[in-house]
Amino acid sequence: MEIKDRKFMGYRRENGRVGVRNHVIVLPVDDISNAAAEAVANNIKGAIALPHPYGRLQFGEDLELHFRTLIGTGCNPNVAAVIVIGIEPGWTGRVVDGIRASGKPVEGFWIEQNGDHNTICSASRKAREFVQNATELQREECDISELWVSTKCGESDTTSGCGANPTVGNAFDKLYAQGCTLVFGETSELTGGEHLVAERCSTPAVREKFQFMFDRYAAMIDRWKTSDLSESQPTKGNIEGGLTTIEEKALGNIQKIGKQCRVDGVLDKAEAPTGSGLWFMDSSSAAAEMVTLCAAAGYVVHLFPTGQGNVIGNPILPVIKICANPRTFRTMGEHIDVDVSGLLRREINMDEAGNKLLEMTLRTANGRNTCAEALGHREFVLTRLFESA
Amino acid sequence: MSIDFVVHDADDAVGVVVVEGVTAGQKLTGWIMDQDKTLADFVVLGAIPIGHKLAIRDLQEGDAVIKYGVDIGRVVKPIRKGEHLHVHNVKTKRW
Repeated sequence: MEIKDRKFMGYRRENGRVGVRNHVIVLPVDDISNAAAEAVANNIKGAIALPHPYGRLQFGEDLELHFRTLIGTGCNPNVAAVIVIGIEPGWTGRVVDGIRASGKPVEGFWIEQNGDHNTICSASRKAREFVQNATELQREECDISELWVSTKCGESDTTSGCGANPTVGNAFDKLYAQGCTLVFGETSELTGGEHLVAERCSTPAVREKFQFMFDRYAAMIDRWKTSDLSESQPTKGNIEGGLTTIEEKALGNIQKIGKQCRVDGVLDKAEAPTGSGLWFMDSSSAAAEMVTLCAAAGYVVHLFPTGQGNVIGNPILPVIKICANPRTFRTMGEHIDVDVSGLLRREINMDEAGNKLLEMTLRTANGRNTCAEALGHREFVLTRLFESA
Repeated sequence: MSIDFVVHDADDAVGVVVVEGVTAGQKLTGWIMDQDKTLADFVVLGAIPIGHKLAIRDLQEGDAVIKYGVDIGRVVKPIRKGEHLHVHNVKTKRW
């Protein structure tokens, strides 16, 4: 398959960005607004609630990240319109204003001096209007360069490093050449191979910023660790799958950025990129956290290689699973979108595996539901930096 | 010829078992991916689950384990060629 000149059918949003899904979301600002948000989504078919456990008494950089993640999620082009519900009007308004800057329909509701009943009633009226408007929007033909694609692997094993991850790398090299906007991250999971990523940075300034992010994460681990992290990073599942050390896991992980891509820029968590190319985002290596951060940064399709079978999805970002482990495909095939186990039997080569993944990426962009979407996986997990005040 | 284990690079110390049910004494076929070479009649010393590694040369305590051409950890117990290599005999050098 030649990726050059390929088109996909997407939703062009008010700010010019292109989405591949058309969700109306009900976004709670804080934990105590989850019940109202879920009630609205239950009332209005086609609206989805994104409950989460945070948003109270956070402060400083942790609070900034909370707002950046919520606002970024609302601004994601896979979202047509947003209902925001918070306990009080101040922080609710801050999230609404942030999303409104993208030009998309958004409205905020708050519970104090209204109660759950009145809030749910008025928010449901607006959500119905948003859903009906969104369902009239049409897909249009978009250039491949307008696709923003993120990657992160999970429950990796040794087959990830020799099969599924280099398949993503092959696809990333081809998307990079078409001017797509790409991202990878998982800061701690570069440990042992960080020098290889540093060598791929396109300028000394990018390299310096990458090293700053890596060292910052390493210092956090040094502050809190009580062991060599075995069973946490690598995870117990990674070890069951045959991965022995963080260095081995990192070298497999890095296969996802291919052989030709350069690292063109560095992002903080949930920060949106300012141009095309491959970006590194400082981020947790926990699947649901990282994918949530990618969605908040504006990515619209996610490539997720797995070895032992991580089942993660996301409410707004379609997550495509790629697997090279034949046992995983046999025992939990309903979670795997692209089977590349043929690589390890020498039935297909890496170029063919990459093309197979690109074909599925375009089909997904055109509207095909991923396994995670069909199975109802909607993990929305906010990253926290430290304790609440 | 079907492949039982893969090796990323000819200089690596380990291969990854890619089939299920490998048992002690079995003769395996390995594939060195970067150089596209085959290792025939490689004798495995114990049962090794799919995805787990076997040593493709003898390793001494303190040796670096090379995979992808890069150091992935230190040997903490001697490992014989054909033996299972994992957390019981190799540890991280980081953290």
